Amino acid sequence: MHDSHDFKIPVGPQHPALKEPESFSLALKGEKIMGVDIRLGYNHRGIEKACEERSYIQDVYLIERICGICSHAHSTCFVQAVEEIAGLAVPRRALYIRTLVAELERIHSHLLWLGVAGHEIGFDTLLMYAWRDREIVMDILALLTGNRVNYGINTIGGVRRDIDADEIQQILKAMDTLEERTKYYIEVVTEETTIIERLAGVGVLSHDDALRLDAVGPTARASEVKRDVRSDDPYAAYGEIPFNVITDNHNDVYGRTVVRVKELMEAYQIIRFALKNLPEGPIEVKAPRKIPAGEAVSRYEAPRGENVHYVKANGTENPERVKVRAPTLANVQAVKHMLKDRFLADMSIVVAAIDPCFSCTDRLISIKNLDNADTKIINWEEIHSYGIKWYAERGVDFSDLNKRFAERMGNR
Amino acid sequence: MLLTLFNILIFPGLLFLCACAFVVEYLDRKFYARLQNRVGPPWFQPVADFIKLIAKEEVIPAAANVRMFSVAPLVAFSASITAFFYIPLWKINPLLSFTGDIIVVLYLLTIPTLAFFIGGWYSTSLYARIGAVRTVTQMFAYEVPLFISVLAVALLADSWSLSEMALFYAGHPWLWLVNLMGFAISLVALLGKLEKAPFDIPEAETEIVAGIFTEYSGKLLAILRMSISIETIVGASLLAAVFLPFGLALSPAAGFCVFIIKILFVVLLLSLLRAVFARLRIDQMIDFCWKCLVPLALAQLLLNLVLKGVFI
Repeated sequence: MHDSHDFKIPVGPQHPALKEPESFSLALKGEKIMGVDIRLGYNHRGIEKACEERSYIQDVYLIERICGICSHAHSTCFVQAVEEIAGLAVPRRALYIRTLVAELERIHSHLLWLGVAGHEIGFDTLLMYAWRDREIVMDILALLTGNRVNYGINTIGGVRRDIDADEIQQILKAMDTLEERTKYYIEVVTEETTIIERLAGVGVLSHDDALRLDAVGPTARASEVKRDVRSDDPYAAYGEIPFNVITDNHNDVYGRTVVRVKELMEAYQIIRFALKNLPEGPIEVKAPRKIPAGEAVSRYEAPRGENVHYVKANGTENPERVKVRAPTLANVQAVKHMLKDRFLADMSIVVAAIDPCFSCTDRLISIKNLDNADTKIINWEEIHSYGIKWYAERGVDFSDLNKRFAERMGNR
Repeated sequence: MLLTLFNILIFPGLLFLCACAFVVEYLDRKFYARLQNRVGPPWFQPVADFIKLIAKEEVIPAAANVRMFSVAPLVAFSASITAFFYIPLWKINPLLSFTGDIIVVLYLLTIPTLAFFIGGWYSTSLYARIGAVRTVTQMFAYEVPLFISVLAVALLADSWSLSEMALFYAGHPWLWLVNLMGFAISLVALLGKLEKAPFDIPEAETEIVAGIFTEYSGKLLAILRMSISIETIVGASLLAAVFLPFGLALSPAAGFCVFIIKILFVVLLLSLLRAVFARLRIDQMIDFCWKCLVPLALAQLLLNLVLKGVFI
């Protein structure tokens, strides 16, 4: 809680600057931000718990739906953990295809971010241009996987779709177009006066603070923290592909923008290399339905930063525990630091600069009693029964819903 | 009497201005969309939007001062229309004219901004209040260079009346080229007055929702939007009359065509500027106005003083 400043302005849970519901409460003195209260949890969907009640193969598709933008990041991270427990040797061709989709996803995510950043600083023309070019990579993803968003390419033990020579040609052609466009964006971002005015010196996170607050992904790399899971702890085919980890020493939103546009250029090179050196062979190995008991942690460099999945298996068809640590959760601490003593106008771009994905982040509900600062954490059973009670008070009875559902399925 | 009424209500008054406002809004949106590689709206979209808003329910916040909240859009609307009658459009004599009317026009064009402030402030929404404060803060930054550059032109013509200025520049056909820098300054200031990017700070969507317009809905919002469109036309006509004072002595039909071309030129220039810049922060905007625009406007003033002393 803050002292009696001039006034507090709520940004969120519903606000045009935020694409997902999350609450930032700003204490303002004039235009200046004196303090920020961040409350997460508006987007909690109980996915981790739901995973425990489904089989591993069902979980792949559920996990993929944690996030609409980095869906491949989550599903790959999950299958990697399961494959490690089961001791599966994934074919090299499958690893290359995973890498390929991962980089295509990074391109689509970074272009999307560029557009959002343009919109946040009131430069809608950049938004329209970036999103138009993003369609190229979306079409390629649809061609490769059949879907534009949740690709469904991963399965435990490999990938579900192979790639043929014609598709390779189309991807290479698209990469050339995108590279051309990206060069133009690099020019725009580094030379346009109003963009630089709005980005440079905003949301400063020094090298030491980035380390102290455990920033990940482009947010950390823009503060010269050379931290990238792809090179630190290579997964999929990254160990065999040469690429540069882009860092920048601007420490601000401008630096984060530069890191992202330059990462786009790296992604084109990675894709070209992967397509040129695509190994022959099968695309998957058969995975057992029951995964032997064990546990594994898997790391993955999502477009937003390091994504961590923990899976614990108990020898049955369903996992005993799945835990997801999305990159936004690691970066959201830094936002509070970055906003200190900045202007209200910088709020939206500073938040956007970590490329937040709150639906990835929200994992549990904490109830805050504003009167006496009590914090209570609700577990799954409690919120389940709370939901039933809430509806029961309003005349809707859900208490025997599962029973009725089972009966209906039995009648069929 | 009947003719005056016709002039005020139909042509070139209320009805003509409203029709023009739709056309200008359409052209602005279409051109802006084409610059952004979009298709843009069909020609009837501004009319459709207007009808939709008129038909919608008005929601006035419970805590708002109802009288101030609902009067503000009407004040803005009528002030912009009134200013239009004092500007020479396609002939040298405007509908109404007296010595010193240039001050009145500039004053009337300030009223919408103040009305927006009052409407935003009395709606009691936090976002609207921040927007309202930003509106006024911004006004103090752009009004000064706008006034100085417009008055520099008047100084050269040695008159405070728009029609006498037009007469003077008709007598000195190429003298308006001297004022081109003033035209550029006024164009930028007009962007601030109309709250368009890069100066759309008072209604910055990603910061304060819709700023002063956050709580407005239905008919009141329709009138607000209409008054901004009309303000665009009036501002463009003022710039055309002051800085592009040619073609006023032509026959009415030819003069009208020249007038339309001048207005379109200014409006499309505004759309172009809107498309190529990011929104500035309020402190950057004020810095820019006081540190760049004001010295340039003063230079224009100095230039005109010297010209007047030496040559005319």
